[in-house]
Amino acid sequence: MSCQTTAQAAELPKVNESGAGEKNPKVVAFLCNWCSYAGADKAGASQLPVPQELSVIRVMCSGRLEPTLILEAIQKGADGVMVLACHPGDCHYKEGNLRAFCRAELLERMLPQLGVDPRRFSFDYVSAAEAEKFSRITTEFVERVRSLG
Amino acid sequence: MTAQKPKLAMYWAASCGGCEIALANIHEAILEVDAHFDFMFCPCLLDTKKKDIEALPDGAIFLTLFNGALRTEENLEMARLLRRKSQLLVAFGSCAATGGIPSLANQHGIEHVLETAFLNAPGLDNPERLIPGESCTVPDGELSLPPFLQRVLALHDAVAADYSMPGCPPEPEQILAVVRHVASGAPLPPTGSLLGCSARAVCDECPREKRNRLAPRLLRPFEAVPADDWCLLEQGFACLGTSTRGGCQALCPATAMPCTGCYGPLDRDSDPGATALSTLAAALDPGSAPGQDEGSLHAGLRAALAGVPDPLGTFYRYTLAETVLADRATEVEP
Ligand code: SF4
Ligand code: SF4
Ligand code: SF4
Ligand code: FES
Repeated sequence: MSCQTTAQAAELPKVNESGAGEKNPKVVAFLCNWCSYAGADKAGASQLPVPQELSVIRVMCSGRLEPTLILEAIQKGADGVMVLACHPGDCHYKEGNLRAFCRAELLERMLPQLGVDPRRFSFDYVSAAEAEKFSRITTEFVERVRSLG
Repeated sequence: MTAQKPKLAMYWAASCGGCEIALANIHEAILEVDAHFDFMFCPCLLDTKKKDIEALPDGAIFLTLFNGALRTEENLEMARLLRRKSQLLVAFGSCAATGGIPSLANQHGIEHVLETAFLNAPGLDNPERLIPGESCTVPDGELSLPPFLQRVLALHDAVAADYSMPGCPPEPEQILAVVRHVASGAPLPPTGSLLGCSARAVCDECPREKRNRLAPRLLRPFEAVPADDWCLLEQGFACLGTSTRGGCQALCPATAMPCTGCYGPLDRDSDPGATALSTLAAALDPGSAPGQDEGSLHAGLRAALAGVPDPLGTFYRYTLAETVLADRATEVEP
């Protein structure tokens, strides 16, 4: 949104005021219980690097995730939001991840219309075996979000 | 005698006038309104002035139907004045209730809005590139215009509204039902309730049949002629009837136009646009993954979703003032 309500215009903090690189970004990652969460677990057990900026929220399926929660995470101060799903064909509820992809696709196109840089959002697949991928994409995403300030 | 009747007011803030037309569309029943109320303020229809309202004691108006969003300081001032002077203040129509069409301007900064309206809109003839300022000097003296608010607000963002009556505009039958209810002296619902609408979705009133099918792709209205009697959404048209509150008797889908959501979100606790997005995406057949690589699967789904080229304009058409991100500073321009 362009701005603030007039009554509060003076007090409201500007989201980007602290400048790039100065603060640690907050990233919320919604992980599907069956694949991505297990992948994250394995990354931890294998002592692969996982960014400390990540706050993980486990959901039963990526298809369970309401887009409202993604917007609320951003509104409440998340600098980036990830949604990590089972690979196509592997969703325990058949097509929950494909439904999540459809929402993510529309949301990604809508975010810039809401004034939000779409690079703050990422949808990807991580299987239970892909500890290395989990470590890599979360690290890259946190760096991407950090560079946005 | 008129002094005995409760006072009724209707005001337009950032409004198109359609809400007043909707009131006029109750036709001869307007006499009923006159019989029960002293209809004493309505700049569209009556000559009462702001100073007449200011002269009233606080709470002197029984019922004010406030339509239009808040775009200018003047809108805000009138909202505060009418709040003070009214016992019951109703956010009338989607502009007052949820920001409505005017709040779509919140996608852009004020400069962009002014430049679009006065310099860049097709068909404009403004060779001197004049944009109205907040004050200007003419031979007769100084003229002033009220400044814009930083963003367009719904009525309840600025003052406490007792009720909302959704619709762009509210349907005349619903207006009449509400006016009759209030006039009868029957108990009113708890403050904060919605008036003149249903507790169920537009689909509930829609004559079109649901056949439990998923749409192969989303369609824009010009891309196909909808089959009669069959749910538009299942045919792929972006009908928001599933996430929109009923009360209009499914006016649009009944005439083969997809519902654009003017009665507002059925779910008042979630972000309105995100909810509409979610329900529309759920109408699409996501297909099945086996045998397809990720790239072609994604390409297929993206193509199927191309029928919604403007997600914000589709999902927040009447509700952008209500997005949970309303107060967030813009970092990119669309
Ligand atoms: S709700 Fe619709 S009809 Fe009423 S003022 Fe707003 S745009 Fe006009
Ligand atoms: S056409 Fe629209 S309003 Fe009617 S049943 Fe289908 S989705 Fe619901
Ligand atoms: S069908 Fe939808 S857009 Fe049409 S009048 Fe009803 S709520 Fe409004
Ligand atoms: S169960 Fe993992 S995305 Fe559905």
